[in-house]
Amino acid sequence: MGRARTIARRSFMIGSAAILGGVAFGVYIVRKPHDNPLKAQLDPGEVTFNPYVTISEDGIRLITTHVDFGQGVRSIEAALIAEELDVELDQFQPEFAAPDPAYYNTANGAELVPFAAFDDSFVASSVRSAAGASFKVLGLMATGGSSTIPDQYTKLRQAGAVARETLRLAASRETGTAVEELRTARAKVILPDGQEISYTDLAATASGLDPVTNVTLREPSEWRFLGKPMQRLDILAKSTGELKYGIDQNVAGMVHAAIRVNPRRGGTMNSYDASAAEAMRGVRQIVPVTGGVAVIADNTWRAFKAANAITFDWGQANYPEEMDGHWQILSDSFVEDRLDRVWRDDGDVAGSFDAGDVITAEYRAPYVAHQPLEPLSAIVLVSEDSAEVWAGSQLPRYVQQKVAAIAGLDPDAVTFHQQFVGGSFGHRQEFENITLAAEIAVQILGTPVKLTFTREEDFALDFPRQIGISRSRGAVRDGQVDSWELDIATASVTDSQSGRLGLPIPGPDGQIAAGAWNMPYAIPNLRVRAYRVPGLAPVSSWRSVGASSAAFFSEGFLDELIRVANADPMEERLRLVNNDVHRKVLEAVAEMSNWGGALGENRGRGLALVESFGVPVAEVIDVTMTDRGIRIDNVWVAADVGRVLDPVNFDNQVKGGVIWGLGHAMNSEITYADGMPQQTNYHEHEGMRLYQCPQIEVRGLENNPKIRGVGEPPVPPAAPALASAIFDATGMRLREMPFHKFIDFV
Amino acid sequence: MQIKVNGQVHEVDVEADMPLLWILRDELGLTGVKYGCGIAQCGACTVQMDGMAVRSCQVPAENIGDSEITTIEGFGTPDSLHAVQAAWVEHQVAQCGYCQSGQIMQAASLLAETPDPTDEDIDLVMSGNLCRCGTYPRIRAAIKSAAATLRES
Repeated sequence: MGRARTIARRSFMIGSAAILGGVAFGVYIVRKPHDNPLKAQLDPGEVTFNPYVTISEDGIRLITTHVDFGQGVRSIEAALIAEELDVELDQFQPEFAAPDPAYYNTANGAELVPFAAFDDSFVASSVRSAAGASFKVLGLMATGGSSTIPDQYTKLRQAGAVARETLRLAASRETGTAVEELRTARAKVILPDGQEISYTDLAATASGLDPVTNVTLREPSEWRFLGKPMQRLDILAKSTGELKYGIDQNVAGMVHAAIRVNPRRGGTMNSYDASAAEAMRGVRQIVPVTGGVAVIADNTWRAFKAANAITFDWGQANYPEEMDGHWQILSDSFVEDRLDRVWRDDGDVAGSFDAGDVITAEYRAPYVAHQPLEPLSAIVLVSEDSAEVWAGSQLPRYVQQKVAAIAGLDPDAVTFHQQFVGGSFGHRQEFENITLAAEIAVQILGTPVKLTFTREEDFALDFPRQIGISRSRGAVRDGQVDSWELDIATASVTDSQSGRLGLPIPGPDGQIAAGAWNMPYAIPNLRVRAYRVPGLAPVSSWRSVGASSAAFFSEGFLDELIRVANADPMEERLRLVNNDVHRKVLEAVAEMSNWGGALGENRGRGLALVESFGVPVAEVIDVTMTDRGIRIDNVWVAADVGRVLDPVNFDNQVKGGVIWGLGHAMNSEITYADGMPQQTNYHEHEGMRLYQCPQIEVRGLENNPKIRGVGEPPVPPAAPALASAIFDATGMRLREMPFHKFIDFV
Repeated sequence: MQIKVNGQVHEVDVEADMPLLWILRDELGLTGVKYGCGIAQCGACTVQMDGMAVRSCQVPAENIGDSEITTIEGFGTPDSLHAVQAAWVEHQVAQCGYCQSGQIMQAASLLAETPDPTDEDIDLVMSGNLCRCGTYPRIRAAIKSAAATLRES
């Protein structure tokens, strides 16, 4: 990876709320620890050791930082603490953290910098550290970028160990026994004579002690839970309907609301006619909100029904009305003026196309919606001098600030109650459901309002995945991939999101070519350029973000080059791969899939290898061409996250990522007509259903030098591996998603 | 009107066209029944009417009559799981879990009709229940395991 010469076009100070932070705030404030927010809310007799653990005679509370939208972070965060604290997984109450700078994400900032994940040079490390520092100073609390595990792996075990050692010290003080002679297990301190003192009985004594911070973390060989199959803490509640999601919450005295907002995103509402709606049963009030109106009613369905009875005259969007216009803007964007960054420039690309077999190709990736199954909702109560919010959010501190601004309050006066979320895939990185609910709440002070989106409204207001085009020119020589010029132009997720957050992000957008520029191959002549395209529909993070399109472009075209060279997709990648971690991932899927074995009639096999969020993932896919279309038979996946903390959840996340990647690559896109998204519900955008789901076999490897998260990395290889398999089976090359526009699936 | 849910009779004052889904969620507080799409495309709102799986978003109040409605709340509890729920726990099917009430109700209905379902049976009956997290491989495995348990009992 050190070979990858990168050229910053604008400035080296990239990234870059990040670097501004580290440089601007100074060493003192960067080193200064955040206060423990739990201190302010302790019950009498309760002790807290750090922002993650409290103990009182009533029990043990473990605070989990990140929002759980199905990826299982609440369970794994609690297990990280419990492992060192020496409590069993049923001996504590897990609680979501309230927004506070103490819970800043220590891993996310480092991901924004323009260096390869395995680049540990002085410059890369320094810039990562500066980026991390700015997240600390700004107190950025964020769930996303597969960053929970890298954020929490050390921090939470440390928190558990500090609490345990302080409790041992408390027991020593109470009993006069030397600390070294005290053991801990099952939420108890155990004396040499076998006598046991519960942690809960030590809370009072421990509260008078300074936390013991000089602790040593256990070796993985000593772990009781981590690294072994665990049962999710929420599995019973999720299998019995008992778990309350945000949409299920009920606050005393609340009213229900539905909205209609201009589906031409960003456009105004010129006028509306609510006369029919006003007369409907249960309707209390119809109030304006940004870009539309809200109906307040006495239940959800009556609010929906009345909202649908309102007619509107919507203003225009500031992007093209029809899809042709979107593709045209992209097509016109491969120009100097829109060049965002040359991410890689190995060898001599310009002079390398004089000989050999030169091929060119254009690839396309459409807008795609998030559409998790729980529709967006939020409950907001605004009073004279305070506000409360019940909703699930990946950015709780921003939400707190946004609601405070709408209500004319200080952020500290806004209490945010984090909720379980029925899927996100990036959707809850946005917060319009919450700001709209707050806009309604300020118009009915003192009354809590629950805003629920209809599925149709959720589709209409979804900020989709970036649309993009890539153009490749490549050459093979002597049966080997020799030269490749890869240009990628997409809408900028970073621009779009930063605009909504009110954050300036100077410098290149690291997502446009993510998963492509950092391809782990030593191709003699390779250049990767990213173009940032303005004037398109607003977009947002969609599970695996930039790599969901860029890696389709890169691995798809690499497959073309390899097949033109008459080389084997596995053999050629193994020849090109430039480090052992990626090589072992390839070798693992080769073994799992018995690569090279006979396939049989009408069958095909494809392969892709992508590194995103620091995780190399290789996928082999087998398909059969049947008389009803392509059937995906098997997928073999190998992923290296450094250390697999829960093999069950790892397996579930990887399979889910593959299904997400395949289902949307096959079946789904968002298109605009008359400025509005044409897809209104799942029948027009369904991802994958059960009957299309292949057999999937997963293997976790542990050679990665850093521990990583696995929510997103299995997504990007799925589309190019499927395209490769379909080519192998049929000779048809798919260069545009969704594939069902060009070939039938069973 | 009167409505029989999980063995109890409730009196509700609702319009003839109000869907069963919203009667259950908003009037009776049975939030284990989920709203996903409102047009019978996702299956999250699946309940049983007289033992048959139906999409509660498509059943207007006027069509409920004296049917016995069973929701996930009336199906099993953490202390006393139905065999299908026990299989769901054993296989750790749920990720976000939002679709799983509907998946479980649909699977139970499948197994009542077809005690030993083939892969094709499962594909056919379960493909109307959308899972955005991609838990399908575990749903298949859990159905087979629940089928085995139910056949033994």
